[in-house]
Amino acid sequence: MEDLKTKQKNVISDETIEYVGILAKLELSDEEKERAKRDMGEMLDYIDKLNELDTDGVEPMSHVFPVNNVFREDVVTNGDGSEATLANAPERKDQGFKVPKTIG
Amino acid sequence: MSKTYETVIGLEVHVELATKTKIFCGCSTAFGGAPNTHTCPVCTGMPGSLPVLNKQVVEYAMAVGLATNCTITQYCKFDRKNYFYPDNPQNYQISQLYLPICRNGGVEIETSAGKKVVGIHEIHMEEDAGKLVHDEWEDVSIVDYNRSGVPLIEIVSEPDMRSAEEVIAYLEKLRLIIQYLGASDCKLNEGSMRADVNLSVRGVGETEFGTRTEMKNLNSFKAIARAIEGERARQIELLEEGKPVIQETRRWDDNKEYSYAMRSKEDAQDYRYFPEPDLVPISISDEWIARVKARQPEMRTEKMERYQREFGLPAYDAEILTGDKAFADLFEATVALCGRPKKVSNWIMVETIRMLKDNGMDPDEISFSPEHFAKLVELADEGAVTNTVAKEVFELVFREDIDPDAYVEEKGLKTVSDEGALRAAVEKVIAENPQSVEDYRNGKEKAIGFLVGQTMKAMKGKANPGLVNQLLRELL
Amino acid sequence: MDLMSLTAVELGSRIKAGEVTAEEAAQAALDAIEKKEKAVNSFVTVDREGALRRAAEVQKKINDGTLTGPLAGVPVAIKDNMCTEGLLTTCSSKILYNFVPTYTAEAVRRLEQAGAVILGKTNMDEFAMGSTTETSAFGETKNPWNTEHVPGGSSGGSCAAVAAEECSYALGSDTGGSIRQPSSFCGVTGLKPTYGTVSRYGLIAYGSSLDQIGPIAKDVTDCATILEVIASHDAKDSTSVLRDDYQFTGALVDDVAGMRIGVPRDYFGEGLDPEVREAVLHVAEELKKKGAAVEEFDLSLVEYAIPAYYVIACAEASSNLARFDGVKYGYRTGEYEELHGMYKKSRSEGFGAEAKRRIMLGSFVLSSGYYDAYYLKALRTKALIKRAFDKAFASYDVILGPAAPTTAPRLGESLADPIKMYLGDIYTIAVNLAGLPGISLPCGKDKNGLPIGVQLIGDCFQEKKIIRAAYAFERTRSYEHSPMAM
Repeated sequence: MEDLKTKQKNVISDETIEYVGILAKLELSDEEKERAKRDMGEMLDYIDKLNELDTDGVEPMSHVFPVNNVFREDVVTNGDGSEATLANAPERKDQGFKVPKTIG
Repeated sequence: MSKTYETVIGLEVHVELATKTKIFCGCSTAFGGAPNTHTCPVCTGMPGSLPVLNKQVVEYAMAVGLATNCTITQYCKFDRKNYFYPDNPQNYQISQLYLPICRNGGVEIETSAGKKVVGIHEIHMEEDAGKLVHDEWEDVSIVDYNRSGVPLIEIVSEPDMRSAEEVIAYLEKLRLIIQYLGASDCKLNEGSMRADVNLSVRGVGETEFGTRTEMKNLNSFKAIARAIEGERARQIELLEEGKPVIQETRRWDDNKEYSYAMRSKEDAQDYRYFPEPDLVPISISDEWIARVKARQPEMRTEKMERYQREFGLPAYDAEILTGDKAFADLFEATVALCGRPKKVSNWIMVETIRMLKDNGMDPDEISFSPEHFAKLVELADEGAVTNTVAKEVFELVFREDIDPDAYVEEKGLKTVSDEGALRAAVEKVIAENPQSVEDYRNGKEKAIGFLVGQTMKAMKGKANPGLVNQLLRELL
Repeated sequence: MDLMSLTAVELGSRIKAGEVTAEEAAQAALDAIEKKEKAVNSFVTVDREGALRRAAEVQKKINDGTLTGPLAGVPVAIKDNMCTEGLLTTCSSKILYNFVPTYTAEAVRRLEQAGAVILGKTNMDEFAMGSTTETSAFGETKNPWNTEHVPGGSSGGSCAAVAAEECSYALGSDTGGSIRQPSSFCGVTGLKPTYGTVSRYGLIAYGSSLDQIGPIAKDVTDCATILEVIASHDAKDSTSVLRDDYQFTGALVDDVAGMRIGVPRDYFGEGLDPEVREAVLHVAEELKKKGAAVEEFDLSLVEYAIPAYYVIACAEASSNLARFDGVKYGYRTGEYEELHGMYKKSRSEGFGAEAKRRIMLGSFVLSSGYYDAYYLKALRTKALIKRAFDKAFASYDVILGPAAPTTAPRLGESLADPIKMYLGDIYTIAVNLAGLPGISLPCGKDKNGLPIGVQLIGDCFQEKKIIRAAYAFERTRSYEHSPMAM
């Protein structure tokens, strides 16, 4: 019993790490994967602490202050931004960003 | 004998709104700029940039929602939809999932099967993506963010349609409503209106829905109709063979008339939506809704009634003219210049529609000015040119938007009513056509028609036909 | 006289009086950087020419009377997650190793308008993810009090630069304690304003709903003065709040009579270093002596702030950092096949271990089937934490506690055990979740001579109360320069 207690509760599978890698567009080495499985499991164990809290009926709070209705008027304020937009492009061509062939 | 199937269709219609600026920044939405000219840090996802919502987008979305009988969500929010694609500069799209601005509406459509209501599940606001252009030379793609951040509404229908005909009727209805509102020009061919089709099939009488697929890349009504037929057939074939339909997104290839699965391991289709922390919620008061309602322009039914009441048009004319916003706009602008509503109506319903058909064009592609059109209607109505000449001149107005007054003057096309000149022509025709003259004298009334025609021909269509007729009878 | 030992306001007034020129001040700062950078490594980029050119321009404007503010001509260092037009901005990440923004963060623009002379960009934990400044792709920053220790993080470069006197003041950003904790470790004063007070436009986002820019300086007077310049209602930031009062320097009064100060018992429990505890409680005593009503109370929910924070911050970060993909700016891998191959290689090579860890966790908690259990649960916890603070502020003007449980750890000690490192933010993180203002200022040293910081937390928009309390305590001791300052 003691043994089980110290063990990680959230066991992250290879498939999960693979899947999260697809979502996050990260490719981990085998070594990194093992570390990621352990780290994520430990973090989730820690996060599971939140389950101790009774949050029934509590509205999820995304913004701390009740500020609503921040708008712009529909007026053109920007001119030709192409040079600034492309200034940092790793690869550019014909005023555009070059990327591997992609079906749009 | 195989069983009969029913097609169940729901639509996701994206409409680009007619704002001057993008949804979250002050860049122009104008079409056709050189690549990346209409861009700034916000619409290209530069680090540290932040979105600020264009108020007009909210008002257009509300207007469309009200016109389609939706309930406005008076506390609504934006969410982030996360996925990687190069036309999506932040690799998330700011959209609405949890609290879309409009819900629970519907529009009535009419088809050969009768009238029915197609439900609208929701309408939400979101940003458009940029454009990827394939570079043949290098076999790479080039990204242009001019369209990135152009405001869209997505109108999600209930799965209420059962045929391509109903789908087209629904789309035409939506297009008409939105065009009347001025919220978008809704051009399918330019992509300012786009439809994704969700389709499933089931045996007639079954109550459970079948597995649906989503088809993208449909850019004309014809393509939509073909895609529905094609996908229906594909799904039925699978079911007949005892194979399952897989829930997936498919890309319609209109040339090959077949859809292809767009699945790949890298598209997990797990969008990890969460509330957009960079934007604050929108709170819509009853007063705001009332203001948007009050500003709502005249819609089709009201216009149809007004045309009959104010211009004395027959119901048939009113229906055709209001059937496309482009016709109604042209009609009203022209009548404002030259009056004569019935004449203007005739010119639109007959010659304009004929020219559109002949040239395979849509009404919103009409490019001539009401000024030139009005002048032509006046010339024809006053008899300053003959009908034949008027039709010829109209074709030029239609094609090149020429000034009819100047053209008729320059080419000397005014109707000839000079008796001396006509008399000479008539005498010549009588001399050259003894047989017809004889026939007429023998009581064949029809022969005079031929002689009038010959005279008109000799006068290159410019002769006043009444006068020609009168002279012929006199001289015979 | 050593110009760099002065506070920003002192230096500004000397420049204004014509005793020192902006060029002399900039040169003094650049000389200090030259001398100390090898040992401290506070900066990612030092803009020598730009600083001197800017100093000359500012001096001209001071001379002709167009620049009269308290910070005109005073040299400043900017954390490297704030965009500066024409000046490299890396977030201490390889993925932005070559990124030169074409726009300037609103807070920085406001400083420039006030005549600030920007010296360069300071080192930080990569994308502000960390508590030690060791996750930087450009080497760790060292603590100016003892270079075998970390300066804290993530604004470690800014705090170390102030403590080492390489600049007169600095800007930092605080998502979970990133201004207050390193200020505490470096023996300087740092203020995290109420969420929405300083525009986030141009701040490269980590956790958008938590991030705030704030001042780091030698004393409370400097912090109030700097905040007065950078705070604004900015139309470019939808979460920016229009406040009634921007006159923060008005609170620089040595008077806490009748002020109600709450000391949460839950901030003095297990894990708190006894020396830190003693030093912090001493602050409460001093304020009591000056007439404040000090009282212990139970804040509650303290231990839930960290897990809620990591869910929210990592979820937002996983989305905010998606834009770094090798297409538009920054690092793109050399060889790749296909689009997704390019994405994955560029990102995997461009991000460091801690950034990857948080992106992975954030992607996971938002993924299909987990959103309610993790993300919504965290947002509900956040609501409860806000309620707990609301309740506390019904009784107290200011909450007083430590900024961190310990003094600065040794280099290399923290990264091995992430959760232990995350626990170091236990006193600062809840403040971000609730959007509150907090200030950290020096209140003593431990037996090893490392600084200890006290944190004062105010209700939202009540910066003036914490400034007043901090100022009153500050009057009871004198500023201690770090050994590196000499």
